[in-house]
Amino acid sequence: MWDHEIRAMASTHAIIAASVFMATVLPAVFVRGFSVYGTHLLWLYSVSGTVTAVSVAVFWLLGITPPTKKHTLGYKLSRLFRSCLYFFLSCLFFHSVVVLYGAPLIESALETFSLAVLLTSLTTLRCLCVLGPNVQAWIRVFSRHGAMSVWDTCLQITVACTVVGAWVGAFPIPLDWDRPWQVWPVSCSLGAMIGFLTGLVASPAWIHYHRKQLTYKCK
Amino acid sequence: MKGLPVLSLLLCICAMYFVGIYLFVGGFLLVRLEVNRTSTCGDVLQPGEEPVDFCRVQPRFRRAVLLIIDALKIDFARFDPNNTTPRPYENKLPVLEETASSRPSHSRLYPFRADPPTTTMQRIKGFTTGSLPTFVDVGNNFASSAILEDNLIHQFVQVGKRVVFMGDDTWENLFPKKFYRSLPFPSFNVKDLHTVDNGILQHLYTTMMGGDWDVLVAHFLGVDHCGHRFGPDHPAMADKLTQMDGVIRSVIDRLQNDTLLVVMGDHGMTDTGDHGGESQKETDAAIFLYSPAPLFPGPPSQSEQDVVPQTDLVPTLALLLGVPIPYSSVGQVLLPLFPPHGQTEGAVGGLSQLEALWINAKQVNRFLETYSGMAKDIPPESLSQLKDEFTRLSYEYLTTIREGRSPSPELAASLQAYLTSVRDTCRATWARFNPFKMAAGLAILAFACLMCFILSELSVVLIRENGPGLKAPVAVALTAGGCTVAGQLLTQGYIEVAWCLAAAALSSELLLLWTACRSRPTAVAKNGSKAPKCSRWLTPRHLFIPPLVVPLLRCASLLSDSYVIAEGRVVTFLMFSLALYIPIHLNWDGLLLPPSHDPLKSAGLLPSPALSPSTVRKESSTLLTCVGLLVGSLYLSLSFHGCREEQGSCQPSPFLSPLSRLQDSQLKNIHYILSIFSLGLWTYLLRRCLRHYGNLNSSGGTVFTARWILPLLSVCLGLHWAVSATPEDSFRNLAELISLAQLALPRAAFCLLGLGLFLIWLDPLTVFVKTRAAATARGSSLPPPRYRASTGISPQAELHHLIPQIYQRMRRSLDDGELSRGSEVDSGPAVEAYGLGTVYSAPLLLFCGLLGIGLLLLHPEGMSLSFLLLLLEMGALLHIQASSTTLSGLHGTYTGGFNVPWTPIVMWSLAATQFFHATGHLPTFPSIQWGAAFVGFPDGHTGTILPASLVTLNTFASHILFAVGCPLLLFWPLVCEVRGSRGGRACGEEGEDAVMEMRLRENPQQFSSALLQLSTRYLFIHGAQVFASVCAAAILRRHLMVWKVFAPKLMFEASGFLVSSVSLLIGVTLVLRVDVAVGRWFKRIIPDASR
Repeated sequence: MWDHEIRAMASTHAIIAASVFMATVLPAVFVRGFSVYGTHLLWLYSVSGTVTAVSVAVFWLLGITPPTKKHTLGYKLSRLFRSCLYFFLSCLFFHSVVVLYGAPLIESALETFSLAVLLTSLTTLRCLCVLGPNVQAWIRVFSRHGAMSVWDTCLQITVACTVVGAWVGAFPIPLDWDRPWQVWPVSCSLGAMIGFLTGLVASPAWIHYHRKQLTYKCK
Repeated sequence: MKGLPVLSLLLCICAMYFVGIYLFVGGFLLVRLEVNRTSTCGDVLQPGEEPVDFCRVQPRFRRAVLLIIDALKIDFARFDPNNTTPRPYENKLPVLEETASSRPSHSRLYPFRADPPTTTMQRIKGFTTGSLPTFVDVGNNFASSAILEDNLIHQFVQVGKRVVFMGDDTWENLFPKKFYRSLPFPSFNVKDLHTVDNGILQHLYTTMMGGDWDVLVAHFLGVDHCGHRFGPDHPAMADKLTQMDGVIRSVIDRLQNDTLLVVMGDHGMTDTGDHGGESQKETDAAIFLYSPAPLFPGPPSQSEQDVVPQTDLVPTLALLLGVPIPYSSVGQVLLPLFPPHGQTEGAVGGLSQLEALWINAKQVNRFLETYSGMAKDIPPESLSQLKDEFTRLSYEYLTTIREGRSPSPELAASLQAYLTSVRDTCRATWARFNPFKMAAGLAILAFACLMCFILSELSVVLIRENGPGLKAPVAVALTAGGCTVAGQLLTQGYIEVAWCLAAAALSSELLLLWTACRSRPTAVAKNGSKAPKCSRWLTPRHLFIPPLVVPLLRCASLLSDSYVIAEGRVVTFLMFSLALYIPIHLNWDGLLLPPSHDPLKSAGLLPSPALSPSTVRKESSTLLTCVGLLVGSLYLSLSFHGCREEQGSCQPSPFLSPLSRLQDSQLKNIHYILSIFSLGLWTYLLRRCLRHYGNLNSSGGTVFTARWILPLLSVCLGLHWAVSATPEDSFRNLAELISLAQLALPRAAFCLLGLGLFLIWLDPLTVFVKTRAAATARGSSLPPPRYRASTGISPQAELHHLIPQIYQRMRRSLDDGELSRGSEVDSGPAVEAYGLGTVYSAPLLLFCGLLGIGLLLLHPEGMSLSFLLLLLEMGALLHIQASSTTLSGLHGTYTGGFNVPWTPIVMWSLAATQFFHATGHLPTFPSIQWGAAFVGFPDGHTGTILPASLVTLNTFASHILFAVGCPLLLFWPLVCEVRGSRGGRACGEEGEDAVMEMRLRENPQQFSSALLQLSTRYLFIHGAQVFASVCAAAILRRHLMVWKVFAPKLMFEASGFLVSSVSLLIGVTLVLRVDVAVGRWFKRIIPDASR
């Protein structure tokens, strides 16, 4: 029923996953001593930057972004500005949530904020790409009958996977194993990343297997 | 409502949990067997083959002075001349270092390592018997009883030495009637730094100069009490240590040549002045040996051992003073004190190193043989290994002696190694388990948890079927118990109570489970519509919802020591996750926002919402605000945590230390003002809430409590804090007044608290009935009120209609702001009842509030902030539950019952654990706030029950508060109910007015089933945690951390469950009491108004 969309989605997700892989591998060629644990912040920035760039490009090319009502340059600029603002606000939101969850408040604030940036680029950015800077629509999407297209369902799945991954990633921190990946925020960001990749794989698969049951209200 | 079945069912469940815990703990915490044999002079053989009476030989020292300075840490005893800015506890005992360096062959200072548990009584037991204490002995510290094992004091008395004792009165309890002369002083009052020490000093020197003693034991307590009261880093500690320095100097001056001086600490202390655990700071005390006669053969060599285990003191002292080594000692002699082989000529009657080791090894071997004959707990392979080793060594030694050649140094070394391995083997095995009892306890607990879960799911069915019929299970339990008793009497000849209880509990549990399972299909058969609800509860889809995954994670976290150590943060993390889950889940169901322009609705596919969008928006914003409040108090509560010793870089909360410990007076004032502020806010919020719902109008006992006792109690508490924070030396002329106030204020608070709780119990109604004079006058002339219409039916039906009307009137007058004027002239019943809508929750809330202030009295002052957070969090949780119920009620998911879903209950029970940590408690024994026992009793106690219960109340304060307040979860959605949300459906023609808690009286059956469900769910979550920690202790019983982490956690979790369940029963009973009172009140009012 949704074959075309599912195929597009699968290829999009493959591109994003490949870009994540490249963002992990390529810096190792250029930067000496690059590793996911050792220079974790660098990895975080490279991955979030790549995911941001690739998602924006792919979703723009696919034309999933909701059509703008007006075509004036000023309106487009204001949309862009609002998107950037939302991006930044979402970073702050994630930062405060992570701090409330028990992350250190002052020391390693940079690490916490980097994690927030990663989470934003994995979740909020997708919302921005699919739904535009419209918080009402974001809230609407995350309800049982809120999805209005295949892409909305896909958004639900990936965002949930990412957030749950980051949440589960916090579990090993108190353990006394003294592993390098237990250092804050390595396990959380790895968890978020793994969750995100799982979501990328799972959402087309889930939609494919449930394509008969999926019905969407028209917009 | 059916109160009795609910209460009896809950009691039954609790009893099963208790039996399970009792059985498991009985199998898990077994005491080491005490060998009740004593060494005698004849049985310690001299090196030669011919038997010699050991005690006749001239000993090396005729007399000894033991100065025990409680909690003399090794850091206190060391002297560092390069340290120019010593802390209060550093460099205050220069005499030890001076003597050791100026007379190296006369004196030596060692670190003296105690075995855990490092509590004073266990340590005295340890360094007089030479054995290793076990975990269970910890409990005996409150009521120390006589030592029955062979010990040094007994041996001294046996050979006729006169032992004179002065100091800590624990010794008098441990060694009753053993001392030649005894001067005990009370030890229990930790705040008293000087009584014991001054008492000793009055008699010490005169006793030493008088000749009628052989062994003089003086136990000073000042340093330990100073640590408990002020911590080591306080000027008072410097004074105390300087005083001790003077004491040691004077004692050294008065020593004679045949006397040995031992200065030692029984344990160390942490940086906060506590002890009891096994961190190095607590175990490493100091020991200083000195004699005017040369004691050591030479100056300290490099190869000497640097740490002396505490058990080693016993054989050393015994051999130096010429008494047999106590029978069950596992220590080894301190070799540097004995001359090497072949140099014994100089010392009179002394033993050489090798001889001493030989005697020691023989004694230890004899003990091992006796012990392994009595108990089978030492692994046989290591036992036989040790035996072989001893046989080899003894053969080697005896041939060496017989042939008269000088023994090789390896022999001494291997004897030492033998002794060390014996001690290590004993230390490893003296945690003996009884696997059968443990398994039985586990099984009973598991079944109890399962039963709790099933009962909570089937509560509706059970209550409808007139209770689950407790008679059969009780009968079965009695039969099974009786059979076990008979069987035991026949086969063994004695009764073991634990097994009878186990049989009874297990059989009744199985029967109950069977009945529950059988009652399910019948319910389905009876009522088809209920079928999906009842059969749904065991599918994985129903079990793996987030509110049940969170307690599962919590239970799993109890299996890892790292998570137990970080428990406070783990629980807060889980709470926070659930707090975020609530709005997300509501949004997922589309309930958080008003349904906007829904195409389905316009098409008539969805029922139109009962609430207007503005109401929904209001409820959602209330919900989100409350989630914010909850999250905020969760985050702030993190700053009140204490620190475990395992947490390296952790600073305990500054609010945990009592005000009297603070030295900066400005900081003190700020802390005091903050505490008073939060106390005032606590009182104000409570009264505000009661006033808001019109509960402060009548003149009953509860209202009197709320009006007068509550504020008076807070005033008492504030004054008490002020008095206890005043430094002792600042108001010398008011000292008597201050001490009187310290005694009187908390006691007055206790009395007020007791009175308040009693009044609430006696007269729990907060309803104010106002019968208008005019209305009664014309009552006969008026047309019959509406409820007259139902006269033809039963009085029950009459009640049913009357209640909403009364309540409706009350609400209306409240809304109009005409609280007492009553200017309405329209017809209708002439009765106004204020506070009827919160008739159940008001007394419960007040009960909780009073109890909270009472428990706060037992805490350090700074904790009042944390208690305020507790109140706020409770309020936030209640409001979240209320709003989410309302929100889900409007969209047709409302089922008609009062059932409380899992999420708020899970949060409620997690919050109990969270605030256990946030009030500065930790599941470790050294962190118990013993100071609570002295609130109102600054001079200590005579019994043990009162201080123990005070400490229990202090430790489980949050468990008590949350468990008592648990029924509030059921009431609050009704209290906050939005008008007209259910009115149309539930009350039919009665109108649009909210009926609040009167709804519960309308549906007594649903009320009791909901109450049962709530309580069983709460018990289930706590019980599951107990089960998890029991599993952890059972599975990890050979884990490195078992005695440090898991066993204390198990004890705390089990006692927390005990306290919680009792408090829950109190809360439920209070609700039932209110119900009875309301029933009476209605009986009284009906003739008043209608007949």
